[in-house]
Amino acid sequence: MAKKMLQYQGSSDYIVSDEMRNSVNIAMALGKPLLIKGEPGTGKTVLAQSIANALNKKLIVWNIKSTTKAQDGLYLYDTVQRLYDSQFGDGDVGNIKQYIQLGKLGEAFMAKEQLVLLIDEIDKADMEFPNDLLWELDQMSFYIPETRETITAHTRPIVIITSNAEKELPDAFLRRCIFHYIEFPSPETMEKIIRVHHPELEKKLMDQAMETFYVLRNITNIQKKPSTSELIDWLQALVVGGITPKDIKQEMPFLGVLLKKNEDLDQVLEQVYERQVNKKDKSINKTLSRFYR
Amino acid sequence: MFTHLFYTLRNFGLPVSMNEWQDLMEALEEGMAGSSLTGFYYLCRAILVKTEAHYDRFDLAFASFFKDVDTPEGLPEKIWEWLDKQLPALEATEDMKRRHRNLDLDELKRMLEERMAQQKGEHHGGNRWIGTGGTSPFGHSGYHPGGYRLGGTSQQLSAVKVAGMRRFQEFRTDETLGVRQFQLALRKLRQFTTRLEGEKTELDLNSTIDQTSKNAGRLELVWERPRQNSIKVLLLMDSGGSMTIYSRLCNQLFTAVNHSHHFKDLKIFFFHNCIYDHLYHGPECSRLECTDTEYILNTYAQDYRLIIVGDASMSPYELLEVGGIIDWHQFNDTPGLEWLKRLRHRFEYSVWLNPINKKYWDYSSGTFTIKVIRQLFPMEELTLEGLEAAVNKLKTRQATAI
Repeated sequence: MAKKMLQYQGSSDYIVSDEMRNSVNIAMALGKPLLIKGEPGTGKTVLAQSIANALNKKLIVWNIKSTTKAQDGLYLYDTVQRLYDSQFGDGDVGNIKQYIQLGKLGEAFMAKEQLVLLIDEIDKADMEFPNDLLWELDQMSFYIPETRETITAHTRPIVIITSNAEKELPDAFLRRCIFHYIEFPSPETMEKIIRVHHPELEKKLMDQAMETFYVLRNITNIQKKPSTSELIDWLQALVVGGITPKDIKQEMPFLGVLLKKNEDLDQVLEQVYERQVNKKDKSINKTLSRFYR
Repeated sequence: MFTHLFYTLRNFGLPVSMNEWQDLMEALEEGMAGSSLTGFYYLCRAILVKTEAHYDRFDLAFASFFKDVDTPEGLPEKIWEWLDKQLPALEATEDMKRRHRNLDLDELKRMLEERMAQQKGEHHGGNRWIGTGGTSPFGHSGYHPGGYRLGGTSQQLSAVKVAGMRRFQEFRTDETLGVRQFQLALRKLRQFTTRLEGEKTELDLNSTIDQTSKNAGRLELVWERPRQNSIKVLLLMDSGGSMTIYSRLCNQLFTAVNHSHHFKDLKIFFFHNCIYDHLYHGPECSRLECTDTEYILNTYAQDYRLIIVGDASMSPYELLEVGGIIDWHQFNDTPGLEWLKRLRHRFEYSVWLNPINKKYWDYSSGTFTIKVIRQLFPMEELTLEGLEAAVNKLKTRQATAI
């Protein structure tokens, strides 16, 4: 290869698929933001942390809320404080810089060395939000009229953007991003992921829990399917609760950790347990296996 | 050869633009495809495809473009052995890049066949024979921008096969295109609150200056309440039956309305063909989950904006007769038209969106009922323009003809 590039290879606490690693490296090499989409709980946010750890860089997280404006990420000009200061003679009112506070994006630009910037859940914000950031993410610079200063990034930060697809993102914005969709991990990958989080876990317990987990995911009409992060929490609960492997399928303990909606719990109980009660001779195993695809 | 791929992708309905294409070319210059088709596949997908809904189209286009490039199966075992050797990484010079860029795929295949016929033994390094390292277009661990990778690590599946698996088929929605436009149109449906309720969080600059001046320069900050949208929407959608062919369009609208967070309140109900005593909570119109239309008429405030989506096409008796309801097990004491009238009188801000093209309103199978309902509700076609017109109409009370 002509140019020596930084390569992300995954980190010890995060299992990364080949495709995802490729996408991350492509985005870094081209200096473009990486847009990550996927089901909630598939590790979109953790990816940025993993990249930062693996490349030994600082991570800045910009959490987007429904009220977040693009301007918030650049800088805030505290007019009110300045007015008060002028009233009471505190501080150096002539120095506007004092009242300019850089936002997360501004902070990332001003950093002396390259860092990882995570713009988390960009789809939460207003529809125009991504458009308002086009120039800043493209040119990695912005202008502060109050101080007549232009803030330009010393080094292009590695920008990771996550989205839950609550809103459609504008084409102009998408065109500037590298896109990656995180698939739901296969059982084999899932096993690796669990090993990272629970290295001591008993093999039998894990197998039983995973089997039940994938059965639950395949039950139709579930509104919020349990995801990786919920499985990991559930395993934790099982270990702490001292549940034996054979009880998992029979009793499905701590189901509330996996299923977050009342309707879903009802659905599962109805589909799995009711039938169990009605036909006592049938083992629950048989009932469960009906939900395998 | 790659320019042709660009057009293939576009022909398969992928909105690839020149910007992205240039990025891809840049990435290829940097050797990021790792001179393998698999690498190229993932590189293309990461750069050119922007939503998982398009992954399937991309797979199809890619498979169709490279369908002739299946990794040759008939390679003699011997060649695999030659290739099964590791070599240190190779530095590519500008000169090498220039010389190698213009190899045509057909030519490559021809050359490969030729060399398979001629080559007698193992080969590593060098620029001609099949082997590892070097700059020959055939083999692996070497450098050739347009070469054929034969064997080597990382390739479990050839890219064409990965593409052929079509794992992303279920993400294919074909719906994403219109949703944003619909959403933008719906944004215009807003009416700001008077500044009477809510918290005072905005600095009112003019009043602040006024007050401060009155105070002889002593600062006094004045805050005011930000204005919020007060529009409430009641959406009734026809589902099933004759509406099935328009389900894609209706889904777009449904998604757009559902994701428009700027309404103060949004209620969605479903009906089948015409509205009678009940409105259903789900598109399957199950009697288990429904609300009495009477209840909606009595409870929902008059300033709800009523949007009815339906083709308004039914048999005349479904609209006009007692007992005309299409569902076999049900009976209605009041004709559908009467229910529509009641809704219309209750909700003065209302509009009917019809997915049938306006041109055919006078010529379709439902012409009669469309005509009757049009006298009652202002009707617009369910297109971007129609929605914009409808949104405008919802801003004012619509005069009733009856």
